Amino acid sequence: MLDETGSPAPARVDMGSWVCPMPLRDSPNIVMGHGGGGAMSGELIEHLFLPAFGSAAEAGFGDSAVVSLGGARLAFTTDSFVVKPMEFPGGSIGELAVNGTVNDLAMSGARPMVLSTAFILEEGTALADIARIAAAMGTAALGAEVKLVTGDTKVVDAGHGDGVYVNTAGIGLIDDGVDIRPQRARPGDVVLVSGEIGLHGVAVLSCREGLEFGTTVCSDTAPLHGLVAAMLATGADVHVLRDPTRGGVAATLNEIAGVAKVGVSLDERKIPVSSQVRDACGLLGLDPLYVANEGKLIAFVAPEDADRVLAAMREHPLGGRAEAIGVCVDEHPGMVVARTALGGNRVVDLPAGEQLPRIC
Amino acid sequence: MKYLDEFSDPQLAKGLLDRIRGATSRRWSIMEVCGGQTHSIIRHGIDQLLPDQIEMIHGPGCPVCVTPLEVIDKALEIAARPGVIFCSFGDMLRVPGSNKDLFRVKSEGGDVRVVYSPLDALELARANPDRQVVFFGIGFETTAPANAMTVYQAKRLGVRNFSLLVSHVLVPPAIAAIMESPDCRVQGFLAAGHVCTVMGTGEYPPLAEKYRVPVVVTGFEPLDILEGIRRTVMQLEAGRHEVENAYPRAVAAAGNPAAKAMLEDVFEVTDRAWRGIGVIPRSGWRLSERYRDYDAEQRFSVDELHTEESSICRSGEVLQGLIKPHECAAFGKQCTPRNPLGATMVSSEGACAAYYLYRRLDLPAEVAHA
Repeated sequence: MLDETGSPAPARVDMGSWVCPMPLRDSPNIVMGHGGGGAMSGELIEHLFLPAFGSAAEAGFGDSAVVSLGGARLAFTTDSFVVKPMEFPGGSIGELAVNGTVNDLAMSGARPMVLSTAFILEEGTALADIARIAAAMGTAALGAEVKLVTGDTKVVDAGHGDGVYVNTAGIGLIDDGVDIRPQRARPGDVVLVSGEIGLHGVAVLSCREGLEFGTTVCSDTAPLHGLVAAMLATGADVHVLRDPTRGGVAATLNEIAGVAKVGVSLDERKIPVSSQVRDACGLLGLDPLYVANEGKLIAFVAPEDADRVLAAMREHPLGGRAEAIGVCVDEHPGMVVARTALGGNRVVDLPAGEQLPRIC
Repeated sequence: MKYLDEFSDPQLAKGLLDRIRGATSRRWSIMEVCGGQTHSIIRHGIDQLLPDQIEMIHGPGCPVCVTPLEVIDKALEIAARPGVIFCSFGDMLRVPGSNKDLFRVKSEGGDVRVVYSPLDALELARANPDRQVVFFGIGFETTAPANAMTVYQAKRLGVRNFSLLVSHVLVPPAIAAIMESPDCRVQGFLAAGHVCTVMGTGEYPPLAEKYRVPVVVTGFEPLDILEGIRRTVMQLEAGRHEVENAYPRAVAAAGNPAAKAMLEDVFEVTDRAWRGIGVIPRSGWRLSERYRDYDAEQRFSVDELHTEESSICRSGEVLQGLIKPHECAAFGKQCTPRNPLGATMVSSEGACAAYYLYRRLDLPAEVAHA
């Protein structure tokens, strides 16, 4: 139906009929976004778990709880791993389970000492798969200089688990004088990242559903306690350490900004992103700032010490691409703002739930 | 993969901005049709860097935004049925229907799966012959060829347990509708590069001529968008109204003949409702008679749904470029990406979500921190 000019017939747009949907009511059930490491995860913890647990609220919002026992200061943490597929370029759920917990301890400035592990295995899973995962855990523990000292195994009916779920908990020792936690972020701090971001998330995505990006992107899973030790050995005043796992760098910086009530100002040009990750994210409509990492850390360091810490990071094998990506500011407390490569500004918000690939 | 960094170069961007500034003598309002362009403009802060006289108006081209509530409700109804595997691109899962979204259906036991290609859904159908597999076929001319190909393949392979829930929409009739609106302020268009990659540029000269409006086919990287704006401004300043292709690395005048042939075989043009706008005649596709058996609406008989809309959301006006997102009283208060009233807040490509996510610092404090 074209008119005399060949144009499609014009619509009669009725202003009065313009409509919008009803509000989305909060779900009474768990939805995937509750595990995404963003706003929904935070609300689940704040409004459901912490009120129920009471004492847990005192532990703060770091990656580990810091407790004093028998005169020693200990970092204590636990994490569960449900990654699908179980094996991906650069690692498996086994390495993740060890390195993830080691890193949570290291982000309190602790020296990781011992780990526990628990397996929830699905009926029918091949023993050969479990053996490879267990071997990967042993190798990772050796590399991270921790001991796996206790554990548990449960089996669930076929169809009630994705092959293997792994939980690890860990204990580390914190040296005297070390006080690293999100609350210590303060205006003037320099924000450092230890290397290229987004590798783990893209690596896992790339082996799901047959997605291929032309180049294999490998997960960055690695234990970061050695890098942390090198940073602390400079004698610098390191205020905050976090490993930006679920929710990526964006979620981590938002959490720190929120807890410390400071603003964070990023320079987008300084954020290291490999071309493979940039391209894969471009293809899927994802933002590398929101993609998960498993071998990177974010540090907030006193300005006078930042160059020294950055140099120490770059000398370490896991910090060769470390960069100063921004500063902590008085303005916009609780918010993260990025200066774009072209010179504009944008807010970098907490992800609402799971980051979803766009339709086109 | 090349062609990303090259089109984000800050020095080249500065050069283009200088040329836009130098060419601009008065106020101009330019609409970027596509949500991907809106996302890129706000994400890179391009609107902040343009001269004050250039106003970018955000168009209706977000496939998630314009999918009608009734279709979303049909998707939810089908996805909740036992024996159904409901497949969708990821960003449709968070779009609210009348009272829930696909994530909620999934949490209540529905088998809802994110796929990255409709052909994956067809594979699922072949692997699960005892289940009905439905793919949510939404979007513009960009996504339609792959969906058409999937239905074609399903028929060719004799896969009977696959169907498509179709809500495809077409860009040129929407441009005509916007220009016909009595409140229209649009003086130039950045046409959506992806759409033209498929359809070519042949549909635009009649529109440019009839409405005396420049149309510049534009890509999605920062330099693409700046070059599109520059060319539009040059035309406006010279009083010209032509169709220009500023995205020649992806767009040929004839488009993609194979994709067009597939579309012509599988789909036929129909009137289509646009969420927030209303019915635009001949602005969408439905399955052609030969493939009607693969229409999920027919297969599942979902005609008796009662849909309810919010009375305070103004996303229709946002989609038409009549107001900016923060000019809606609900923006950032009752309406956020977490709790969206309107589709323009749901999709990250929607103008409201882009403003909320990236631009709160520039908005009035009561909106920014609501």
